[in-house]
Amino acid sequence: MKPEEIQKIAETEHDLRMSYKYRINVCCSSGCLPFGAQKLLKAFEDTIKELGLERVCKVARTGCVGTCSVAPVVLIDPGNHLYQNVKPEDAKKIVQEHIINGQVLEEYLYKNEAYFSKQYRLILRNAGKIDPLRIEDYIAVGGYSALAKALTQMTPEQIIYEISLSGLRGRGGAGFSTGQKWNFVAKSTAKPKYIVANLDEGDPGVFANRTLAEADPHAIIEGMTIAAYAVGAEKGFIYIRAEYPLAIQTLKKAIEQAKSYGLLGNNILGSTLNFDIELRLGAGAFVAGEETAILSSIEGLRATPRPRPPYPAVSGLWGKPTLINNVETLANVPLIILNGGTWFSKLGTPKCTGTKCFSLTGKVKNPGLIEVPMGITLKEIVYEIGGGVPDGKKFKAVLVGGPSGGCLPESMLSLPIDYESLTQAGAIMGSGGIVVIDDESCIVDTARFFIDFCMDESCGKCIPCRAGLPKVREILDRIMLGEGKVEDLKVLEELCYLIKDASLCGLGQTAPNPVLTTLNYFKQEYLAHIVEKSCPAKKCILKKVEVVKE
Amino acid sequence: MSERIVKLIIDGKEIFAKPTDTILKAAIDNGIQIPTLCYLEGLTPHGGCRLCVVEVKGNPKLMTSCTTPVSNNMEIITNSPKLIKYRKQIIELLLAERIHTCSVCIANGSCELQELASKFGVDHTNVSRNWERFELDMSHERFVLDHNRCILCTRCIRVCDEIEGVHTLDIKRRGKDSMIIVDLDEPWSASYSCTSCGKCSAVCPVGAIYVKGKPLSETKRKELPKFITERRRR
Amino acid sequence: MIVLAKVKVATVWLSGCSGCHMSFLDQDEKLIELSKRIELVYSPIADVKEFPENVDITFIEGAVANEEQFHLLKLIRERTKLLIALGDCAVTGNVVTLRNCFQDSVKEVLEKAYIETVTYNPQYPVQVPKLLEKAYSINEVVKVDFYIPGCPPSADLINYVITEFLEGRVPSIEEKFKYG
Repeated sequence: MKPEEIQKIAETEHDLRMSYKYRINVCCSSGCLPFGAQKLLKAFEDTIKELGLERVCKVARTGCVGTCSVAPVVLIDPGNHLYQNVKPEDAKKIVQEHIINGQVLEEYLYKNEAYFSKQYRLILRNAGKIDPLRIEDYIAVGGYSALAKALTQMTPEQIIYEISLSGLRGRGGAGFSTGQKWNFVAKSTAKPKYIVANLDEGDPGVFANRTLAEADPHAIIEGMTIAAYAVGAEKGFIYIRAEYPLAIQTLKKAIEQAKSYGLLGNNILGSTLNFDIELRLGAGAFVAGEETAILSSIEGLRATPRPRPPYPAVSGLWGKPTLINNVETLANVPLIILNGGTWFSKLGTPKCTGTKCFSLTGKVKNPGLIEVPMGITLKEIVYEIGGGVPDGKKFKAVLVGGPSGGCLPESMLSLPIDYESLTQAGAIMGSGGIVVIDDESCIVDTARFFIDFCMDESCGKCIPCRAGLPKVREILDRIMLGEGKVEDLKVLEELCYLIKDASLCGLGQTAPNPVLTTLNYFKQEYLAHIVEKSCPAKKCILKKVEVVKE
Repeated sequence: MSERIVKLIIDGKEIFAKPTDTILKAAIDNGIQIPTLCYLEGLTPHGGCRLCVVEVKGNPKLMTSCTTPVSNNMEIITNSPKLIKYRKQIIELLLAERIHTCSVCIANGSCELQELASKFGVDHTNVSRNWERFELDMSHERFVLDHNRCILCTRCIRVCDEIEGVHTLDIKRRGKDSMIIVDLDEPWSASYSCTSCGKCSAVCPVGAIYVKGKPLSETKRKELPKFITERRRR
Repeated sequence: MIVLAKVKVATVWLSGCSGCHMSFLDQDEKLIELSKRIELVYSPIADVKEFPENVDITFIEGAVANEEQFHLLKLIRERTKLLIALGDCAVTGNVVTLRNCFQDSVKEVLEKAYIETVTYNPQYPVQVPKLLEKAYSINEVVKVDFYIPGCPPSADLINYVITEFLEGRVPSIEEKFKYG
């Protein structure tokens, strides 16, 4: 295929799209499927067929719209009307009123303006708008034109220059400059080179990467292919959790389609670029998402991290230069190529450009997947997008950055979201998990929960993490049982600093964050358990009574 | 062609090293001691015990000296109070992790963990000890595998894989549940791949793998991997 | 002339083999020197029934295995200024705590020791203090001020520690001691 043909397909598809007066997008992602999205899709298809509206209205299965709290949802274009909690039996009514009569059904409409108005959907631009199983849908909205531009009008150096100019930083959590990373790999002379797209999103309550793969798989593939051209790689791996069956299916199909269109394989778009992508399924270890553990896992070894240096850019997969990027990072690439690095660098904050996807969960009115510009405050996310804490409960803390993130109190809510501010506050960007905690939750219990997770997921290679985390948990257990001593807090803190400083990989280095931040911001709750033998959230009391009975 | 030499400063002392050296090697060559446990010359560095971590100027992270190569003008501190404290804590965690009762251990007197505890003055543990009991594998006619004393340094795995070349030993499970296994978690006597060479017992720093009926002081050969690899290179 | 009051020292034997006491006695002629400066107020080798008050230094050998020892240790802590764990059993629990590895340790230990391996009239012991569910090292029960590991610690180490304390210094035993 030639670059011109992409343009042609885009035009044909666009015309086809325009020929429909309406487009009903039924969200069929992991959030809506359990609520009967498949049946809903069929109901709409049947209704349209029944009423003979096939030429007027297109029914499409799409990826996630982001409002997972009101699943299943249906998005009707034009007008971006989002219907919530739609049941299959509602399909007829909606088609009758909206499509035939042109009347918007107010009672089904999702009315939360703030949820979307504060967001900036860049990576998720196509989520909920295109059919992820059709490459033509992606091409129709401008997909693969960035690849065509990169291959025909740009040199690898120019691409890396644009990426550097954009200020894009790794979305996997550490926030390393993407341009610099690409540059390192491009400079390595050893051959062959590899690209690994990290889709091993193992944090509890985090689903941004999965949603991206389910909604817009080709954005990942396109980003990877551009990266391959820029750094000179021939083979790419998408490392994805085996627990994401729908994302796997979607990606598999997408790779197949890209191959059949000549967008993967040899001489991509008539250029000299040869690049192929293979899916690799993870075997369920959280630590496998760590940059170097992923390499071991792909090589077929135990997913344990390796010491750095040597960095993967020099010696990665099978000792060859390897570029490892999070899929969210890669999905930004086509946009930067199309619009230029300068354009991207103006989004977000000067040091932290672009947007970031967050999985907003916990005690908020509107949980779901959100994408916000960097620099937005936590307050805006929790109260404006999230709608605050439901059921008249009081906000207590927000955990930013997944299981190894930090618990921040109300006073920290004005904190802007960027790598530096979060790290300074004791939290991390991490995988982009935001969990809101209300006053019904015990802070010690919360910290213990996340320590428990990290302890289970520790690979066991280094001693501080393997042997230290169980001790941290033991002390927290004791405190929760009312058996804690004031001296325990010092031991706890010292252990946490050891684990943070001396562990081998990111898992250990960040695992104590929930304890350290809660010790910092919520010390009085620990002391209440230890000194007053009471739990302010009235959560641990039962356990205490049991002990007394003994 | 003359070999390139890099200059670095370790604990205020200016020293020279080959660019291919690790910090640990440069330190040892210049008489600077850095404690190690999982490291053994002749085997691929593991970087797991974290005892050899050092501070490198300009790097916020602690680096394992056994894996980090030297670079020109590197400034390294190997014995700051913080590092010594961390080392003590690590030894303490190891002592508490499994059942290390020295008085009834076959390695008593030639155990590297015992030695380190004494050297760093870890005279007690503040953290509570675990009492999970692991079954011994005594099926092999010559060797015993005692998980209760294992510190998971993986020296045995590496010597089995890299020197003997059979990779009989490996690890199963993860985190605190990690355990050394023989072949696919079989009794040692049922192993097809094991050549009964005994290198694992020669390098075990504690009393986790030993030869039946012999104290570890008689069977331990710490220098074995180095000896073999040096001869192979010739 | 000012006569310095002698330092009151006690030695206690909990669950241990008495080896540490033997090592203590192995100080041999140095004991004579010590006796000029200390007064032994309580010890298994002295016939004192109750643990006295206001003891300056107490050496404890052995781990805590039964209820009597548990209460005695609490009392000792109250009445002692400087509490020293002497030997591995006191410091780590050593062999005494090995029974903690068994699920129902008390039952298993008693059965093994008094029934299974006994040929003549096997029976459970009566009228002796009840064994605790788990055996403990000293610092798991009370605060310990100083530790002397070793199985047993050498007489020289014991002598070094006690003389240092008598001189008003905190001994530094790094590289001087050895577990086991």
